[in-house]
Amino acid sequence: MDIIVCLLLFAGLFFFTGGAVGILRFPDFYSRLHPAGKLDTLGALLAMIGLALFNLHHFSLGTLLTSLKIMLILVFVFLASPTATHAIVDAGVRAGLAPWTKGEERR
Amino acid sequence: MASQDQENLDDKASPGSGDMTPPGPAARQRRLFAYPFIVTFIIMLGLWLILSGRFDAFHLSLGLISCAIVSYLSSDLLFASPKITGLLRQWGRFIRYVPWLMLEIIKANLHVTYLVFHPRMMELIDPRIVKFRSKLKSDLALVTFANSITLTPGTITVYVSLDGDFKVHAIDKASGDPLPGAMEANIAKAFGEV
Repeated sequence: MDIIVCLLLFAGLFFFTGGAVGILRFPDFYSRLHPAGKLDTLGALLAMIGLALFNLHHFSLGTLLTSLKIMLILVFVFLASPTATHAIVDAGVRAGLAPWTKGEERR
Repeated sequence: MASQDQENLDDKASPGSGDMTPPGPAARQRRLFAYPFIVTFIIMLGLWLILSGRFDAFHLSLGLISCAIVSYLSSDLLFASPKITGLLRQWGRFIRYVPWLMLEIIKANLHVTYLVFHPRMMELIDPRIVKFRSKLKSDLALVTFANSITLTPGTITVYVSLDGDFKVHAIDKASGDPLPGAMEANIAKAFGEV
């Protein structure tokens, strides 16, 4: 059980790290949103499932409720994250920022 | 105390279904929103129970009252279909769509992670705007499609029009090419628009 929880947490951390590195490495505003908005969703998914499992160690009504709340966080992240990403992209387009294409230098 | 709460719930959850009046226009309208009302009420109550975590009479009755008010005001927002069978079938199809989406998210996440950690990342990525027209009709299907595109990494929906015109920012050719493709077909299936 502990091994599964550790694996899930480390996999989640790996994707979060990927997101952070991606923000630094990618060349422009739009392409930075790809790792920023979305590697986080899988990272959060894995980390939250890990935490919910860890929380069920001592099974009782209280811990079950807490685990259900953690799963609810996931549902809301999966609804809110693409919407927020879309809003940010839309703001960029409205401000007239042209996307980076291959061959230009990084911004 | 518990039995009283039970009575309370029955009272509020079934407006107009217990009385024996002949079905006039008002009664028909009432029955139209009865099923969405009950389902919304159950979902709200489940959320209340999980979030409050207290099962004494005071908190339960507070939850019952506020859930009844909220679902009375917003029962027509969550479920458009007035029939319980159509509702169940719609949700059954949608739930079958979710595991496929999860698989796509994981595959695409691995792809973007590979790009992020690749030493020659700048040569691999090739951002582009993909434009296409979707065959989906209903607003909900279009929104689900747009959000699914954004959830699968490598693609972000930039713009959707009401007619289904999509502009999608793709990080490289491999991410952008499969659109609309299988995802649109699956969403059409999930919303019964085959």
